[in-house]
Amino acid sequence: MRSSEEPPLARDDLEDLLEEMLDPVLSSRRTAAPLAEALSALPAAHQYFVLHWAAAVAASSTELAYQVVALAREALSTLDQEGMEGWLVQAMDVYDKRGLYAASAVLKDLRGFSRTLRDTRSGACFDEVASFLGLFLCGLSGRRLDLQTADVPYTDTATVYLPGRLVFFPSRERNQSLYKTMAAHLWAQTRHGTFNRDLEAGIVGCGDPAAALANLATLEAIRLGARLAEFLPGLAAEMHALRTDPLPPEAAAMVPELERADATVDDSLAVLWRLGPGILLPQWPYVGILRPDQALKVRAARIESEKSTLRAELAKLAQESRRSKPSDRGAGRFRVEQEPEKGQDLTLLLDERPVAPPDGVTQLLRSIVLDLGEIPPEYLAAAGDGAYDDTASGAEKDPGAAQAGTDAQIYDEWDYRRGHYRKAWCVLQERQVHFGDPGFVPATLAKYGPQVRQLRRRFEALRGEDKVVRRELFGDDVDLDALIEAHADMRAGHALADRLFLRRDAVDRNMAVMFMVDMSGSTKGWINDAEREALVMLCEALETLGDRYAIFGFSGITRKRCEIYPVKRFEEPYSEDVKRRIAGIQPLDFTRMGVAIRHLARLLSRVEARTRLLVTLSDGKPDDHYDGYRGEYGIEDTRQALIEAKRLGIHPFCITIDREARDYLPHMYGAVNWALVDDVARLPLKVADIYRRLTT
Amino acid sequence: MDPGSTEVSLIKAEPYYEPVADEIQLFEAAYHGRLPVLLKGPTGCGKTRFMEHMAWRLKRPLVTVSCHDDLTASDLVGRYLVTANETVWVDGPLARAVRAGAICYLDEIVEARKDTIVVIHPLADDRRFLPMEKRGELLQAPPEFMLAMSYNPGYQSVLKDLKQSTRQRFVAIEFDYPEPELEQRIIERESGVDPRLAAKLVRLADMTRNLKGSGLDEGASTRLLVHAGKLIARGVAPRSACQGAITQALTDEREMLTAVNELVHAVF
Repeated sequence: MRSSEEPPLARDDLEDLLEEMLDPVLSSRRTAAPLAEALSALPAAHQYFVLHWAAAVAASSTELAYQVVALAREALSTLDQEGMEGWLVQAMDVYDKRGLYAASAVLKDLRGFSRTLRDTRSGACFDEVASFLGLFLCGLSGRRLDLQTADVPYTDTATVYLPGRLVFFPSRERNQSLYKTMAAHLWAQTRHGTFNRDLEAGIVGCGDPAAALANLATLEAIRLGARLAEFLPGLAAEMHALRTDPLPPEAAAMVPELERADATVDDSLAVLWRLGPGILLPQWPYVGILRPDQALKVRAARIESEKSTLRAELAKLAQESRRSKPSDRGAGRFRVEQEPEKGQDLTLLLDERPVAPPDGVTQLLRSIVLDLGEIPPEYLAAAGDGAYDDTASGAEKDPGAAQAGTDAQIYDEWDYRRGHYRKAWCVLQERQVHFGDPGFVPATLAKYGPQVRQLRRRFEALRGEDKVVRRELFGDDVDLDALIEAHADMRAGHALADRLFLRRDAVDRNMAVMFMVDMSGSTKGWINDAEREALVMLCEALETLGDRYAIFGFSGITRKRCEIYPVKRFEEPYSEDVKRRIAGIQPLDFTRMGVAIRHLARLLSRVEARTRLLVTLSDGKPDDHYDGYRGEYGIEDTRQALIEAKRLGIHPFCITIDREARDYLPHMYGAVNWALVDDVARLPLKVADIYRRLTT
Repeated sequence: MDPGSTEVSLIKAEPYYEPVADEIQLFEAAYHGRLPVLLKGPTGCGKTRFMEHMAWRLKRPLVTVSCHDDLTASDLVGRYLVTANETVWVDGPLARAVRAGAICYLDEIVEARKDTIVVIHPLADDRRFLPMEKRGELLQAPPEFMLAMSYNPGYQSVLKDLKQSTRQRFVAIEFDYPEPELEQRIIERESGVDPRLAAKLVRLADMTRNLKGSGLDEGASTRLLVHAGKLIARGVAPRSACQGAITQALTDEREMLTAVNELVHAVF
């Protein structure tokens, strides 16, 4: 770029240059003179910039170049040079695709472009903050909340809805930070019981419902701000700073009442009524709106389901305790002690003796307290033995007959209620995966080009690790430590040791790993895409590493149609066929995990290896819509199958994308034998990494 | 190794330790019953400090060996060294501990080579001797000797699992991060920050522990909190101290860094 001191080009020189460049579209009525006139007023740097781009555009279309020059002065006054380049490039892109007319429309919409540009530069979008916000909310604890986009921020107590894009502030950082305060505020609503009252009923008669709810949202923001200030002062201060619009004096007078430590949503409602319908409270940017209708629905469904789950869990606990202490038959009465100053800490007592509930139950108790403020006594009445629907059995005495003449294999299934196996209960068949798009693997490798290279390098390094083997009988070099020791031994009168060499070679990792891929219907769409991409990345890594591996998909519907889809067997090389099978993995039916684990564990145990690893890629709980393979039953059967696998000398591990995984995976796989990949889009990049951590 | 340089010595001042449950009684009972002990627990929750405290309490010297993947049996038991004109035998730390009737603490035992772990087997059951193959000697452990080792069950690697034949020789004591009030007291005491600040650190730690399994391998340990507290006590601003001592120590991932940092900012 020319320096700014350089004198600008004169009008006549410019006219000559432009005439030459734009000649084809000039005429006696359309001359270069007015263009040159306009340009001559610009500094030299801008003139050259415009001429450079005009020439570039003229190479495609002289007419477009003419328009560029005609608009240049205005453009330079609205956009900086980088913005202007963006504007021109966009116009030329449109020209290439849709021709001159569309392109000149882009050029003329200079103001629109500059507005969008400002927004993209300063705005924050949901996608870029979603995964960090998810972690942030998870850290703040309380109930796990999902994140979704919506026009206005609100929460239904299970999901936090945030706008897809925020351009409230002129800088991106501040917009991102606004996202955080919004999300935290909505979390605080669920944490501190905003929806523990029927808000819709609470505002009836207090003027226009929408206005009343908006006012209530502001009052709640004051109350929650004070609650947060106690434990999260940094966050509360950020929120406070966003309250720039002042409260009207009559509302400001009520603030101390809302900021009391024991204030609840009832106090906010009371203040709302006292202020009356006429008042208009400020709408602070992070507060969002209240949607009591949505919250009520979600909350009611959750309360109902948690009540029954809790009662069933307690029944099980009571049963367990009876079994462990048969002599000591208490009344089986549960009670919960809540220590107010400890906040979320609850103690569960059975017949006045504390019991240690499983993690899932603790979560459940906490969640119920969040909704109701306490554990109501009727929740603690353990519900019978759980109604067990056994209609499906009996009918089929010999499941094998259903699949006569095939290579079907029969497996038992664990029924936790009986504490026994159901014999020969599941019929499993191996089926072929249909070949998928041959372009899928190359496309994935291209998509993750740099990451694939990085992955290969990292796994090569891994293969190279520990290459030096000490104290060998023969080798490339003398093992000095061994030699010195042997020398000393010899001088002390011992025989000279013969293992004195170092050898460098690839340590035999002697590892066999089986990947079990969830092909259930719930993986449909991008989860399936992510799974397949993850497999491609994994194959790249494992091929580099040289570990023996196999890939099998599993799905099924009912106990008589459990299916296993071999994608790659241990002895099979990573061939074109395998690649096309990976591409052909598709979502099918349900997730009956137990039988799949039993079958694959049996295959894996036949492979000679020092370490055998069974890695499951899954998106949720084991679940088959039929024969009661749901919830507890499915989890317990899967757990049993994994215990059997461990007995065969297999290490099971699970990689999941289910955010609820914490509630049930530790029970199935053990406290550490699982990993959660929160963000599906990152699955392909993460799986290989997890495998690396797992095997070093 | 310089022969005789690491004399086993007694711990004179009481190492600060806050009991969480009945671990002190359990350890003492194991000691008097001549049983070896396995301390299980995540990193930085006080296992090593507990050992120091117990050694002081039982008035025995403590020999600590940090295990690594190149640790051989000779490194533990001993070897011949050639000096000017003769060869001398030098005891390894384990043999030294046995002779002195000390407490030998093998830290992070799973890091040691598999074949190394086996030499402690005869020492860890009722035989209580250490075979010194090179000297053709069986070193019988005196009644005061005790073997202890630590193990972090949180490792996900399948190669870092303790074999049944090893683990079933030990009395296991489980350690975890202390209860909030206790942890707060430990931080106050160890770092010298005021109770309010210590409580905030504990709250922050709790939030990071919520993230375990969602991208963090471990939440912030008590040790990290003490580090942060020490920085703050020396005048570093709390946010910078937590950033340095906690956030960066926990993870390298950008998103997780942002999330943990935001938690820091929320608390301070």
